[in-house]
Amino acid sequence: MATHTLSVLVENSPGVLARVASLFSRRGYNIDSLAVGPTENSEISRMTIVLNLEGHALDQVIAQLFKLVNVIGISEMTEADSIKREALLVKVKAKKSDREKVLEVSKKFNGVIVDETDDSVTIEATGPSADIEALLNSLEQFGIKELVQSGLIALERGSITLADRTLSTSGVAISDPNSATADYQN
Amino acid sequence: MSNQVTGAQALVKSLEHAGVDVMFGIPGGAILPAYDPIYDSKIRHILVRHEQGAGHAATGYAQVTGRVGVCIATSGPGATNLVTPIGDAAMDSVPMVAITGQVPSAAIGTDAFQEADIRGITMPITKHNYLITNPDDIPRAIAEAFHIASTGRPGPVLVDIAKDALQKMTELKWPSKINLAGYNPKTKPDSQAIRDAAALIAQSRKPVLYIGGGVIKANASKQLLKLAELTGAPVVTTLMARGAFPDSHQLHLGMPGMHGTVAAVTALQKSDLLITLGARFDDRVTGKLSTFAVNAKIIHADIDPAEIGKNRFADVAIVGDVGEAITALIPALEAEFKKSKPDLTQWWSQMGSLRAKYPVGYDHPADGSVSPQYVIERIGAISGPDSIYVAGVGQHQMWASQFVKYEKPRTWLNSGGAGTMGYAVPAAMGAKVGAPDTTVWAIDGDGCFQMTNQELVTCALNNIPIKVAIINNESLGMVRQWQTLFYNSRYSNTSLESKRIPDFVKLADAMGCVGLRCDTTGDVDKVIKEAMAINDQPVVVDFSVFRDAMVWPMVAAGTSNDDIMVARETAPDWDSQEL
Repeated sequence: MATHTLSVLVENSPGVLARVASLFSRRGYNIDSLAVGPTENSEISRMTIVLNLEGHALDQVIAQLFKLVNVIGISEMTEADSIKREALLVKVKAKKSDREKVLEVSKKFNGVIVDETDDSVTIEATGPSADIEALLNSLEQFGIKELVQSGLIALERGSITLADRTLSTSGVAISDPNSATADYQN
Repeated sequence: MSNQVTGAQALVKSLEHAGVDVMFGIPGGAILPAYDPIYDSKIRHILVRHEQGAGHAATGYAQVTGRVGVCIATSGPGATNLVTPIGDAAMDSVPMVAITGQVPSAAIGTDAFQEADIRGITMPITKHNYLITNPDDIPRAIAEAFHIASTGRPGPVLVDIAKDALQKMTELKWPSKINLAGYNPKTKPDSQAIRDAAALIAQSRKPVLYIGGGVIKANASKQLLKLAELTGAPVVTTLMARGAFPDSHQLHLGMPGMHGTVAAVTALQKSDLLITLGARFDDRVTGKLSTFAVNAKIIHADIDPAEIGKNRFADVAIVGDVGEAITALIPALEAEFKKSKPDLTQWWSQMGSLRAKYPVGYDHPADGSVSPQYVIERIGAISGPDSIYVAGVGQHQMWASQFVKYEKPRTWLNSGGAGTMGYAVPAAMGAKVGAPDTTVWAIDGDGCFQMTNQELVTCALNNIPIKVAIINNESLGMVRQWQTLFYNSRYSNTSLESKRIPDFVKLADAMGCVGLRCDTTGDVDKVIKEAMAINDQPVVVDFSVFRDAMVWPMVAAGTSNDDIMVARETAPDWDSQEL
C-alpha cells in the first residue's frame, strides 16, 4: 500500500503552505488530500497530508519535510493507532418522489440535512473515508449535483499528543534498502 | 535614550552585528533606503556590474573563508538576477545571505513596477527565506538568516524587505537568542552508529574513503588525514572535495565520477565498504545507480538526514557534523584495530597498479596547437598549491580538477551541483576579496567567460587583482565533446568563433585589466609567469588552444561506472587486472 497519512505541525507563518506544496511538487511526491487548520496552539497549524507514494520512500519524504524550517513535527497516522475522519457536503437531486429515499440513505450514514429546496437537498456527513465513499455511492442513484470534501483529518489515539511526541525529534531518516532512487540518464 | 532608527538602519546595524565585513550588490528603487546607511557603514560594499556577479562573488567569498557570503539587490529584476547564484549556492551547500528590496507592502500583489515574488521564486532553491513587511522584524530575520545559512548543512537564505519597512521607524533590538522550533540541526553523531561503523571498517578488505565537499565545509581535513592514515584505505575526493585530502598523498586515488580517474572509479566499483563522508551519491559520481558499487556496504556520514538513503541505502547512517564523526570514529577504530586489523595489501596491489597504469594524461595535439590540459597543468605547477583556483563549467573545469594538484582545502572552487557557466570570474572576485593575500586564478572557458566577464570592471575599480586564464577553444567545448561522441559530430550551435571575436586582449584592456595572449606551447610558461608578476591589476590571458581536445576518462551519462573509457573507444585493460 503506497498511501500514507502524515500529520505535520507547522509554524503558523505566511507562505508555509506554499513551502510544503513547493517541496512536494519539486520532489515529485503526489498528494491525495491536504487539510490545514489551526490547533490548540495559536502559533501552530496542523496539516494532514495523504500521500500516494509510488517510487518514493516515506522516510525520505519525512526527512525532506523536516528540512523546512517552519515544520516543527511530523508523525505518520497509522490505521491502528489513529482516528481518521473526512467531512462531506453533498447536494443531491431530490424530487418529491425520491425525497423519502434520500433521507433514508442519509440517515443510514449519519448524514444531516442542512439545506433543502424543491428539487434538492444538501447533506452534511462526517466519518471514516470508507463511510463517506459508501454514502456517495448510495446517493449516486438520485444524482449528485455538487459535492465538496474536506480532505482527511487524523488524530492519534490515546492521551499523548503530536506536539508531545514530535517537538523533540530531529528528523533522522532510517532508510529502506528497497527505496533507492531508480536509474535514469542525466 | 531612545533607540529609534529606520528599518534600513536596523538592517545595516544587524548586518554589522552579524559580523559582515563585505557585501556585493547593486542599488535600485526598492532597496535604496538601505543604501543610505550603507554609505556610512564600516561594511565594505562592492558595487558589481550585474546581480549574478554579486551572488557568485558572495559564494566565492564564502567558499574561501568559510564565513557567510552576503549579496544585496533591489526588487524585481535585481532579485531575479540573483536566482542563478542562489540556486548554485543551494546545490553546493554554500552559506549565503541574499538581501533584496521589495516594493512597498501596500503594492505587493498589484504587479507594481519592479515587483517580483522573489520569496515564492526562491522557495525551492533556498534553505529558508523571508518576506519582511514590518521593520520590527528586521533584526530577528537577519539573525535567523545568518544562523540558518551557516549551521547544519549550509545554504542560501534570502531576506526580502518591503521598501516601507526600510523607511519606517523601529527600535533597534538584536534578539538575545534565536528561537526556531523547527530548526535544530543535529551535529553530534550517535555513538552506537560510530561503533557500528568502526566494526564494519575493521572487517572490510576493500574499503574506500569516499570524500565529499562536506569535509571541507566542516573544516575536517586534518581529522580526515588522521583517519585515512589509521585505516590505510584508498581515498577518493569528489569534485566538491578536491583539496580536502592532499593530492600528493600516497593513499589518494584522485577524483571519482564521470571524469574521474580509472583507479578512483574502479575503487568505488570494486569496494566492499564505502566510508562516505560528507558526500551525497550524486549521479555524476555513481553513474548508473543500480550498477554502482554493488558489493559495497555503505557507511554514510552527513549532517543532512535527508541525504541518508536518498540515492543509496546506508548500512550505517551517521547523522552529524562530519568532523565530529571522524573525531569520534578514530578512537573507536583504534579499539577495533587492537583486536584485529585487516590486511589491505591485496586491495592496494590492485588499486596501486591501476593508478600507475592509468594516470590522467593527455597528448599534445598533432597539429602543433596548444594542449588545453598542458596550459592548466602549468598554471597549477607555476602558481602552486597555495593559490586558489576557480573554474567555470565544462571541459576546462574537469581539466582544472584533474591537472592542478590540490594540497589544501578551500583552494579549489567550482560550480559542482548546479553546473553554472559564468561562475568563475565573479566567484574568483569574491575569493580574492576573502583572501586578498592569496593568488587567485580563474580558469575559465571562452564560453563561460563571455557570460560574466563584466565583473572584471568591478575587479579593476576595486583593487581586486584576480588572474583569469581563458582556455579558448572557440567552442562550448563540453557540449561539443558530447556532440562528437553522441551526436555524430554534428556541431549544432557550439562554435563560438571566439578566436576571432571578441578580441579578449582588447576586451581586458578596455575593462582596466592587463590582457595577454598565448598561442604557442613554448610561450605558455613565459606568459603564466608574466601574469604572476602583475599584482596591482587584474590579468586576463587568452590561451588559444586545440579545439578538439576531449576530457578523459569518461563514464557516459546513464551508463555504468564499469564501462569507463580511458579514451575514445578504449576501455581499461581489465583482463590484466585481477579484481
